[in-house]
Amino acid sequence: MKIMCLGVPGEVKSVEGVQATVDFWGVEKEVRLDTVDSPVEPGDYILNHVGFAIRRIPDDEIDETMALYESFMNEDPDDLLAEDVMDEIESGGTVPAGSAGGLAADEEEPADEEDAEDLLEELDINV
Amino acid sequence: MSDTPPAGPTGQIPGGDGDNALEFRDPEKAEAIADRLAELADNVSDPPATIMHVCGSHEQSIAKFGLRSMLPDSVRLIMGPGCPVCITNMPEVDEAVALAEAGVTVATYGDMLKVPGTTKSLDDARAEGADVRVVYSAADAAEIAEEEDGEVVFFATGFETTAAPTASVILNNPPENFSVLSSHKYVPPAMEIVAEMPDTDIQGYLAAGNAAIITGSGIFEGIVDEHDLPVVVGGFEPLDILAGITKLVEMIGNDEAAVENAYPRCVTEEGNQQAQQQLWEVFETEDGEWRGIADIPDANLVLRDEYAEWDARARFDIETAHLRDESAARLADDCICGDIMSGKAEPTDCEMFGEECTPDDPVGACMVSSEGTCKIWHEYGGHPDI
Repeated sequence: MKIMCLGVPGEVKSVEGVQATVDFWGVEKEVRLDTVDSPVEPGDYILNHVGFAIRRIPDDEIDETMALYESFMNEDPDDLLAEDVMDEIESGGTVPAGSAGGLAADEEEPADEEDAEDLLEELDINV
Repeated sequence: MSDTPPAGPTGQIPGGDGDNALEFRDPEKAEAIADRLAELADNVSDPPATIMHVCGSHEQSIAKFGLRSMLPDSVRLIMGPGCPVCITNMPEVDEAVALAEAGVTVATYGDMLKVPGTTKSLDDARAEGADVRVVYSAADAAEIAEEEDGEVVFFATGFETTAAPTASVILNNPPENFSVLSSHKYVPPAMEIVAEMPDTDIQGYLAAGNAAIITGSGIFEGIVDEHDLPVVVGGFEPLDILAGITKLVEMIGNDEAAVENAYPRCVTEEGNQQAQQQLWEVFETEDGEWRGIADIPDANLVLRDEYAEWDARARFDIETAHLRDESAARLADDCICGDIMSGKAEPTDCEMFGEECTPDDPVGACMVSSEGTCKIWHEYGGHPDI
C-alpha cells in the first residue's frame, strides 16, 4: 500500500507463468516474477517490492534475511520501520484457512558477527 | 581515538527508557566501528564531513537505532531527496485530482492520498465523491481496469524500484481502459543537482541499497566522475549503515572519489538487468520539477512515444487551472520541505514542525509519508541525533 523502498522477503509456494503465490509469514500474496532476473521455483525465496519480485534470494542468505526482518518487526512493532514492513506484508494479501497467519515472534538470531566481519573486511575497515 | 560518542557504545536509542531501548545485534562491533570512524574523522580536512543519504528506510533505521549519536562531531549525516512521495510535485497531484474529479477512477499507492496538491489532495477529492482507490501494486490497478467499464488511471509514483513494476504492467497488455499518469522519478540526476548546491556542501553519498538491487552500484560512477565525491551503497542494518559511513569518511579523508559497494550481499555492479531493460523500454527521462527542490534535468520518467496509448497525459486533456488557485495554498509558502530534502535545513528548523504541521494534518509532503524526514523525526521525538 505504501511505496516502501525496503521490500520484504517471502517463500514462493507456487508458480504459474509470471505469477507466483508467495508466503510472507503466513500471509499469502500474488507476486509478479517478470522483474526478477533469475529463474524462480516453489521453495525459493524472493524479495518482493510492491507486488513484484526484484531479486531471488540466494539459498545461503535466506535465514539471515528472514531473521533481519523479524528483528525489525519484533523489537518494537509500533515504530515506523516495523509498521512499514508489516504494512507491506499485509497489504493485498490473504491468510489461508488453517494458517495462524500474521507475524509470529521468532527467536532466531539475525545477521551474525561473521557477516559484519566479512563486510568490514570487504570494505577494508580495520577495527 | 578521539571523542567518545555520547550514547553510542551501549547501542541503545538515546533517551530510550529501559523498556523500549533497542540493542544492536552486536554492540561491541558497533562500538569498534564507531571508534574507527572517530579516528578516520580526524583526517577530514574540511569538517564537518557532510554525508547525504537518499532513502527513507535509511532514515528510519538511523533514527530508530540512534546512529547519529555514534558519529563524531566532525561527521554530519543528512537525508536528501529520498522520499518518493515527498518529491512528487503539486501540479502532478493536481493532474491526478483533476482526473478523479472528471469521473475517472484513479488508483494509487496509499501514501499518496494525503499528499497536498495546490489546493486539494486525492483524499479531499475522494471525500467529495471522486473514485480514488488505494492499490498495493501497479498490477492491482490494471486488475481494477479489468473489472470496471470506465477509464482507470494508475497515478504512478516512486523511484526506479516502482517504475520497473509499472513498466512491466504496461508491457503485459493491460486492458484498453487502463492508463498511467507517471510521476516516476529517477534518482541519480537529483543526486547530481543536490551535490552542486553550495549551501548543502555534500562530501559523500550513502546510496540506497535496495534501489541499487535494480540499478546496480555501477550507476553511480557518473556522479563520482562528474562531482568528484565518493558514493557508498549501503544496506539497512545498523552495522551496514555504520560501515558505509565509516568507508565514506575514510574516502573523504583520503580525498578519494569512487563507488564502493557496502551491501555486497544484495547489490551487484550491474544490477537487475531484466528490470532495467523493462524500465528503459517503456520510460525515458525528461526535465521536471521535484517538489521544493529544483527543476532537475532528466529526473522525471515519462512514457516513450511508442507507449503513448497507455499514457494518461496523451489520452486525456487534463485541465488543472481550477485547482491552481495559489492563494488557497494557505501555509505551503512557509513550508521548508524542499530545503530539508536538499539538506539545507532540518525539520526542527521549521516553525510549523509539530505545531501547524503534524502527521494528522500535514502541511508539507515530508510530514505525510512514513519515509519523509519530518514524519520520521516527529515519530522519534523531534531530533534523533541528540
